[in-house]
Amino acid sequence: MPASADRYLEVQRSEEFAQLRHKLRSFIFPTTIAFIVWYALYVLLSAYARDFMSIKLIGNINIALVFGILQFVSTFGIAWFYARYAAKELDPRADAVYNELENNPEAAATTPEGSAS
Amino acid sequence: MEFLFAAEASTSTSRTLTITLFLVFVAITLGITIWASRQTKTATDFYAGGRQFSGFQNGMAIGGDYMSAASFLGIAGLIALYGYDGFLYSIGFLVAWLVALLLVAEFLRNSGRYTMADVLAFRMRQRPVRTAASVSTIVVSIFYLIAQMVGAGALVSLLLGLKPGTEFLGMDAATAKVATIILVGTLMIIYVTVGGMKGTTYVQIVKAFMLMGGAFIMVLLVLAHYKFNLSALLGDAAEQSGKGSAFLEPGLRYGVETAGDAAKTFYSKMDLLSLGLALVLGTAGLPHILTRFYTVPTSRIARKSVLWAIGIIGTFYLFTLALGFGAAALVGGANITAQDKAGNTAAPQLAQALGIDYFGGETGGAIMLAIIAAVAFATILAVVAGLTLASSSSLAHDFYASVIKRGNASERDEVRVARIAALGIGAVAIALSIFAQSLNVAFLVALAFAVAASANLPAILYSLFWRRFNTAGALWSIYGGLGSAVLLVFFSPVVSGSATAMFPDQDWHFFPLSNPGIISIPLGFLFGWIGTVISKETDPEKYAELEVRSLTGHGAH
Repeated sequence: MPASADRYLEVQRSEEFAQLRHKLRSFIFPTTIAFIVWYALYVLLSAYARDFMSIKLIGNINIALVFGILQFVSTFGIAWFYARYAAKELDPRADAVYNELENNPEAAATTPEGSAS
Repeated sequence: MEFLFAAEASTSTSRTLTITLFLVFVAITLGITIWASRQTKTATDFYAGGRQFSGFQNGMAIGGDYMSAASFLGIAGLIALYGYDGFLYSIGFLVAWLVALLLVAEFLRNSGRYTMADVLAFRMRQRPVRTAASVSTIVVSIFYLIAQMVGAGALVSLLLGLKPGTEFLGMDAATAKVATIILVGTLMIIYVTVGGMKGTTYVQIVKAFMLMGGAFIMVLLVLAHYKFNLSALLGDAAEQSGKGSAFLEPGLRYGVETAGDAAKTFYSKMDLLSLGLALVLGTAGLPHILTRFYTVPTSRIARKSVLWAIGIIGTFYLFTLALGFGAAALVGGANITAQDKAGNTAAPQLAQALGIDYFGGETGGAIMLAIIAAVAFATILAVVAGLTLASSSSLAHDFYASVIKRGNASERDEVRVARIAALGIGAVAIALSIFAQSLNVAFLVALAFAVAASANLPAILYSLFWRRFNTAGALWSIYGGLGSAVLLVFFSPVVSGSATAMFPDQDWHFFPLSNPGIISIPLGFLFGWIGTVISKETDPEKYAELEVRSLTGHGAH
């Protein structure tokens, strides 16, 4: 069951939740910027650096093909890395806040700034 | 070696077999649908398949929902005709899944219930935001549906080898097209109205297995032909394509350089960037993809299902790379364009060539062709069912229950309306597709991605992560992003003013790019910001609830 509105505000201001949010945002936002820049670099090179992209590395395999395959590798890699990070850093923290809310669904009315403990 | 598609001797064998296999698929999926209908009792069953699917099942279903005929036949064909640029196109579709994984899937699952609007309207005034979300959901889904259904109509004549002047079951090519659109539309309506999300999900899972299996066998045969020497395959592909080493480099299809015309070259390259941006940012705003995250019990399983989806979709696009180059090498560019100028038959033609090569001549070729053609039909059906479900869910849950009934509709009533809505949307899609079948509507898929990226994604991200965001901001970003994407395309060369336009004989275009994303996506974000700051409305309590619930899963449905 959802808790009361005051309680959510209280939890949102708690130290535990702030940490969870920080751990989450400091991973997902920079990573998103990184893979979008990395993808944009690939598209830009495909559009504007065609001589570079056509350099052959082994046989008929050129830089363009390797760069494209690297986009697959980086996508798989980021997905795997996020899963590991989330299991280690995010899930236990989210569980702690969740349990705290389940056990105490009402706000401690007298201490609106109080921590969730 | 010459592999002309559907040589006369094998045509009838192949047709009979294609139709038999397709009917087997239809029979199996209808069986599943009827079974699913018995398990569908509550609104949660109908909209979200009872939230009981596993991460792997939902990952497969996401793949089944996402890998459309445009992906399978379209990208393989693009690679077969334009080489490297087809591959470049496919990469955007994969990288896009990181946006869904990192920024959307888990939070949506935690805070929403059945539709995209559940999250957008969480802390806003319900009626205007749900109306906007419903409008955008239906626009995106209808664009996508028309492109798929018109594509299905065109495909059937190609896959059955129906040329103008020949007849099949007493139908000429034009009648067969219309009949296919009606058949596909009717089946999708049955899947959705009878089976709901449960039935649709199983259809998508079965299709994903068929598609991955069929593609895997072909890839194996192509690679075996070249003794697993990738360089030899590439060399042969470049040679047989008739384009030489340029075939293995970017620039034949996207960002084409026109000597002596700097403006044209510049716009062509901008178009490439614009397309890439829309592909990467659009996926996580597609309503039929978003509703898939509600079919699992928890946000962690939603995460797992996106991980599976990334694995499956990534593998599939690597398969299409081998299929496309394989088709160029073993069928040859000239033979492909002789069959279809857009290259949509490259994969089936390759299947036929491989069958002839490996499994005893013409009969083997006919069998392989039939299998891949049946897979292509199955692919279309699963995608259109997902689209119809997402749009009818939004019409019933957002528009009917929240806007018209102001939240006072009973669950039974809501599901009944959803079923009627599916019928209505299906009928409209059939009618529009029949009307549009003679027009070039291939751009509609890219437009659906552009609208999703410009209208839906800004609203979703602001909703989840920006405390200050409010009703006005949501309305501005949805209507602003939707309006700018649609208007820019309306005034672009894909609608008028070029030989390949939807209306080639008219010219009212002034926007030089075919893809609006590079302008409309920033506009969507900008509108959302402007709308938010000019309105005084804020609700810190509701944001606290949304933020805590979306990050922890507390109170999740």
